[in-house]
Amino acid sequence: MSEISNPTVASALSEPRWVRWSLILIGLAYLSLVVLLPLAAIFTEALRKGVGALHEVFADDATYSAIILTLTVAAITVPLNLVFGVAAAWAIAKFEFPGKSLLITFIDLPFSVSPVVSGLIFVLLFGAQGLFGPWLAANDIKIIFALPGIVLATTFVTLPFIARELIPLMQEQGTAEEEAALTLGASGLRAFITVTLPNIRWALLYGVLLCNARAMGEFGAVAVVSGHIRGLTNTMPLHVEILYNEYNFVGAFAVAALLALLALVTLGAKSLLEWRYGDALAGKGRH
Amino acid sequence: MTRHVPALSRRAVLAYGIGAAGTAALIAGARPVRAQAPVTLVNVSYDPTRELYRAINDAFARHWREKTGQQVTIRTSHGGSGRQARSVIDGLDADVVTLALAGDIDAIAQHSRRLPADWQTRLPNNSSPYTSTIVFIVRKSNPKGVKDWSDLAKPGVGVVTPNPKTSGGARWNYLAAWAYELDRTQKNEEAAKLFVEAIYRNVSVLDTGARGSLTTFAQRNVGDVFISWENEAHLALKEFGEDKFEIVFPSLSILAEPPVAIVDQVVDRRGTRAVAQAYLDFLYTPEAQKIIAQNFYRPNRPEHADRVDLARFPQIRLVTIDGVFGGWSKAQNVHFSDGGVFDQIHRPGAASR
Repeated sequence: MSEISNPTVASALSEPRWVRWSLILIGLAYLSLVVLLPLAAIFTEALRKGVGALHEVFADDATYSAIILTLTVAAITVPLNLVFGVAAAWAIAKFEFPGKSLLITFIDLPFSVSPVVSGLIFVLLFGAQGLFGPWLAANDIKIIFALPGIVLATTFVTLPFIARELIPLMQEQGTAEEEAALTLGASGLRAFITVTLPNIRWALLYGVLLCNARAMGEFGAVAVVSGHIRGLTNTMPLHVEILYNEYNFVGAFAVAALLALLALVTLGAKSLLEWRYGDALAGKGRH
Repeated sequence: MTRHVPALSRRAVLAYGIGAAGTAALIAGARPVRAQAPVTLVNVSYDPTRELYRAINDAFARHWREKTGQQVTIRTSHGGSGRQARSVIDGLDADVVTLALAGDIDAIAQHSRRLPADWQTRLPNNSSPYTSTIVFIVRKSNPKGVKDWSDLAKPGVGVVTPNPKTSGGARWNYLAAWAYELDRTQKNEEAAKLFVEAIYRNVSVLDTGARGSLTTFAQRNVGDVFISWENEAHLALKEFGEDKFEIVFPSLSILAEPPVAIVDQVVDRRGTRAVAQAYLDFLYTPEAQKIIAQNFYRPNRPEHADRVDLARFPQIRLVTIDGVFGGWSKAQNVHFSDGGVFDQIHRPGAASR
């Protein structure tokens, strides 16, 4: 209290006014240029020919099926990676075992590999000329150029998001609270639900949101395994490219705007949760 | 405090689920319910045929419904011809393929045996219901004075063409340039190689397909001349405005015969042979030939097309791939295989020499 009332100390502790303001300005200008301006451009382009043109875009069969496919892929991918991410983070943070650093490296792999390669590995494995191709063909199972292939490629690309959010947090939290719960007689599952889960819930939510955003937006890996059949295997990002290549700029930007909107809604949901349960958030971590 | 916390995170998950389901339901509800289509065909095609097949598909669906009472939905996939062939080889289930060149369908026959090697004899005109050729698009009033292939090799002329490794159209572009110089120098292969090399030295962007290249040229304003399919050139003028671009017809070009074929393995497994065959046969009917000319392809039965449409196709000397290069598989081997002539003349960074 006393330091703040003392002007000399206060000015020594904070930067001069011009430094503060130029930092804020740089931050805002950069954000406007790199994020806000393109985002605004997407929405203005989409609305350039009015709402009627938009209606036409979304009444189109191919657009509709692209939206459904994208939501389906995200609805399968996110739970898969949620279960895997929690399990992997739990194993890495709470136990010591041989090959642990190898596991961490492999979780990071999808981040460092180019998405095109991520798609191609599945073609090499499950394509007609691939390792399992003849067997799959003999049993009439479609993976590549169908929903399973798109889900596989998306799962691969989005695999690190949830695990990566959880691992540092769970490592930092250590095992003391779980041990306390267990010594007090809780079962393993109960300890997980009542102790571990509350501790990691915000990181988990954040990981899920990131994973979801990427699952809906993935282009490169999906482009390789999709086959680009309109109305069948086209996801929203691929559909944006197709519409753009057909000079249907309003359509392309309308679908792009919907993708951006879905991302904004997820971010909005996160902010809402943080605001609504702010006190719970404040009690986050060790207390 | 800690007691209601787990419920909270469950609620968060629940909210996420409800949100996703709600969005899906909203979109589903906003759309009229449609009758399930009894039969679906997948047509895997190349880049510039989007508008053509949209028109053909509507006409054929009408024709088929009148004839059989069955409703047919045709799904199309478009991309660089070579890449599309690769996808079919890797297992993309195309009932029919309608690609840019016979070589790509040959590749499917050769690598996957999904259709017989003699596929090209199964339909009239080498299985090509329409032909096209290669022309130039230049910016309005032709500031660089591009008249013929030789102008493309001059220093300072920016040329835009896709990558022949992935794009069928680009292979026609390349071979047309080669044929022009062969013709001019009385079959001097070495001169042709140097000539084509000089053209590619003027190329700054190699997109994977014709559409990407056209966007590069027309929207991003890269280059002075775009080597293009004739149909794509007309489409570009229609889309981007005749006040922006002009078409230049070279003195000699190549007769491009984009072929169509049924993929036997797919239609036999899916039981779609009859409708797939009818779809391809339909391309040769007067109705389809008219649509073909409207979409800037040269119909091979011009008597069925509108005279106005035909007037857009000036007579130019057209050489064939069989006549000059001994067929697609030979041209493919010599020019576009790994280590082939294209690899020799186009080395990334070669421009800095």
